[in-house]
Amino acid sequence: MARMNRRSMLGALAAAPLAGGLVARASGLDDRSRDVTRRRYFPNVELTTHEGKKVRFYDDLIKDKIVVINFMYADCEGICPTITTNLVKAQKILGNRIGRDIFMYSLTLSPEKDTPAALKHYAKMHGVKPGWLFLTGKPDEIEGLRRSLGFSTGNLKLDKDKANHIGMVKYGNERREWWGMVPGKAKPTWIAESILWMDETNQKPPRG
Amino acid sequence: MANISKRNRKREKEILDASKNRRELIAAQLSRRDLMKLGLLTSAGFLIPKNGLSARAPQFGGGGFGGGCFGFYGRGGTPVSPPTTAYVEAMPIPPIAQPVANADALTGPLPQAAPNTAAGEGRTRTHQAFTTLPPQKYYEVHQREADIIVHPELPVQKLWTFNGTVPGQTYVSQYGQPNLVRNFNDLPANNGGFGIQSVSTHLHNGHTPSESDGFPCDFFGQTKWYDQHYPNVLAGFASTHPPNCDINESMSTLWYHDHRVDFTAQNVYKGLAGFYLLFNQFDTGNETTGFRLPTFPDFDVPMMFNDKNFDPDTGLLFFDLANRDGILGDKFLVNGKIQPFFNVKRRRYRFRWLNGGPSRFYQFYVTKQDNTNHPFYVIANDGNLLPNPVLTSNGVRIAVAERMDVIVDFSSFAPGTKLYINNRLEQCDGAGPTDNIVAANQGNKVLEFRVTSDAVSDGSVNPATNPSFYAVPAREPEDITRCFKFDRQNGQWVINDKFFACDDVRFKVKRNNAEIWKLEGGFNWQHPVHIHFEEHQIVKRNGQTPTLIERGRKDVTRLGENDDVELFFRFRDFVGRYPMHCHNTVHEDHAMMLRFDIDDVGNTNESDCDGHHH
Repeated sequence: MARMNRRSMLGALAAAPLAGGLVARASGLDDRSRDVTRRRYFPNVELTTHEGKKVRFYDDLIKDKIVVINFMYADCEGICPTITTNLVKAQKILGNRIGRDIFMYSLTLSPEKDTPAALKHYAKMHGVKPGWLFLTGKPDEIEGLRRSLGFSTGNLKLDKDKANHIGMVKYGNERREWWGMVPGKAKPTWIAESILWMDETNQKPPRG
Repeated sequence: MANISKRNRKREKEILDASKNRRELIAAQLSRRDLMKLGLLTSAGFLIPKNGLSARAPQFGGGGFGGGCFGFYGRGGTPVSPPTTAYVEAMPIPPIAQPVANADALTGPLPQAAPNTAAGEGRTRTHQAFTTLPPQKYYEVHQREADIIVHPELPVQKLWTFNGTVPGQTYVSQYGQPNLVRNFNDLPANNGGFGIQSVSTHLHNGHTPSESDGFPCDFFGQTKWYDQHYPNVLAGFASTHPPNCDINESMSTLWYHDHRVDFTAQNVYKGLAGFYLLFNQFDTGNETTGFRLPTFPDFDVPMMFNDKNFDPDTGLLFFDLANRDGILGDKFLVNGKIQPFFNVKRRRYRFRWLNGGPSRFYQFYVTKQDNTNHPFYVIANDGNLLPNPVLTSNGVRIAVAERMDVIVDFSSFAPGTKLYINNRLEQCDGAGPTDNIVAANQGNKVLEFRVTSDAVSDGSVNPATNPSFYAVPAREPEDITRCFKFDRQNGQWVINDKFFACDDVRFKVKRNNAEIWKLEGGFNWQHPVHIHFEEHQIVKRNGQTPTLIERGRKDVTRLGENDDVELFFRFRDFVGRYPMHCHNTVHEDHAMMLRFDIDDVGNTNESDCDGHHH
């Protein structure tokens, strides 16, 4: 862009329709930002649950919900069993809210191997209760989700190493646009407490 | 403007092509040496400026944004911000906070020692020093959304502010005059994409009782308020280890920022930070008295540096929610403006440089128009005046949350001369800088000084005369040594293999103990480690006495890759909960933090140093 002083720039902003749109959008920020966030982070790809049901990622799993998301794969012998066990305990702490207003999702990093049946077996083996879905899908779309949801790293060597995959658990409230992460290896009570911050009626500071 | 938009699209394609080319280079596993042989990399480590290879080539060559490795490794999903013209607006100086007349003038009930839960206070613990060090000045601050212009070529931004400005108002305080700040959470329901409306405001480096410190778990929600009591007292007033209230423990440049657990990076990025300055009978703010440092506020100027990203489509502030390694911005802001200018008179200035994050390390030089270097003096590290000024010809390194007070002398320049604050430290991703110092014409010139012809006098001390400020307090034998390894496990950040939790007290320090803490860095990542409440001295860095600039009192210590750093502390006066954490706010939010408590018993947790060292 050629150098412009402030006055000429402001003049240009006012005159041109495109730039005028920029300004108008700024005031409509709150309505738009959820849409921007959806497009950037939550592709509406089709996934299959461990019950064999087809779902759309954004429309069916994320929109208007408090959600808990992690990545795993069924024959992972590293951190997955610990994390799944912690999440099972967190599910127990959160009780019947899971499946009512809080939803848990585990996406496989091995969509080629992890069929819905394999994931169902994994869920059953760990004592997973309703309200928590294990999900598989097209490998490239799962890879896209892994990146957009924050389960990849810029360090490419680390990123390729599946055994060293990201052990964080993402939690959020889509409507309020609150998105945080808690380590999957943290204590289940802490994981549950972090998830409950996403309940907008709960603004109490934590225990301790 | 339609032209610009078209150019943007063309440019986006260039960027995509460039990133594709770079991916191919990486996939081919070409080493730095191979790239140089192929003529694709300069000796300074940059991709050569060729369209479709270095995303920066067409637009920013020579424009102060030549920093080489942008987009090379880590920026991944982070968009390239819209172009902005450099140096079109003056750098703002944050307004000075004004106290209300007295306690009665505060909105709401009179302050009290116990939390006033019934009246909507979010505090949960009683003030420790409310009656012994009673407030003399009362402030009221409202955290609220405001319309902020970061650059005239970008749309108005809805940022979160303290009383309507970014940075927030500057508190100007005197030792011996305790403050009470009534802190209201008036943040809006909609966050515009990131940030959370529950907050905990930390006074960084304050000798502050735990309940007023802004502990990450003391957050309070919308419509609540929180009374924070800042005693502004010299450390050691109740110590069993004289000298008590040693003047050599005076602090000067503090800052405040949001510290809400898991959401600090988002909330601070959105604007919740400001300065808090402390003066005393030596560091007076008047160049005719005391140490005769340049007079505040005319010649003593705080500068907060941030790097941020803006959405290429909307021009609005963009925070990458998918990043856990560290966020690097491609726009450089000083006191909330992108690449401002600042008029200076032909004399000495004290600048209080603060790296406000979120993740980048800087090495700031003052660069002349012909790209030669203008040396300056560092007089304070982390807001603590050094024993003597330190002249530097190779800039000063500043990690997130570190402060460096510097004296820059413009007296030798003709009116009309331009100089630049120039970041010449190469950093490619959140892991930390490469330690390459780029050529002066390739750095990030974040601010332009313009020397004016105004008549001027200068009564400030000439640092070349080597004046003495504060001596480093003598150390005493430690009561205990504790060891901490900062590392990464499965993309999660750990200290001694554990994660932060509010109710997990990792160790207890006995009040009046002297302690040595050994910090160890992990492979491949750098961390600026901040410890609340008590300052420390760096005893040794990798077995060596630290540099002159680090030979003072610190509250943030940079931990380089595999570094071993030994710190000395005394813990005095107050009890309660405090954190130690990485101040790369993205690491911090991904659990690289621990809680320790100070009480009158203590324990020996985390002192098994053999277990932690390799």
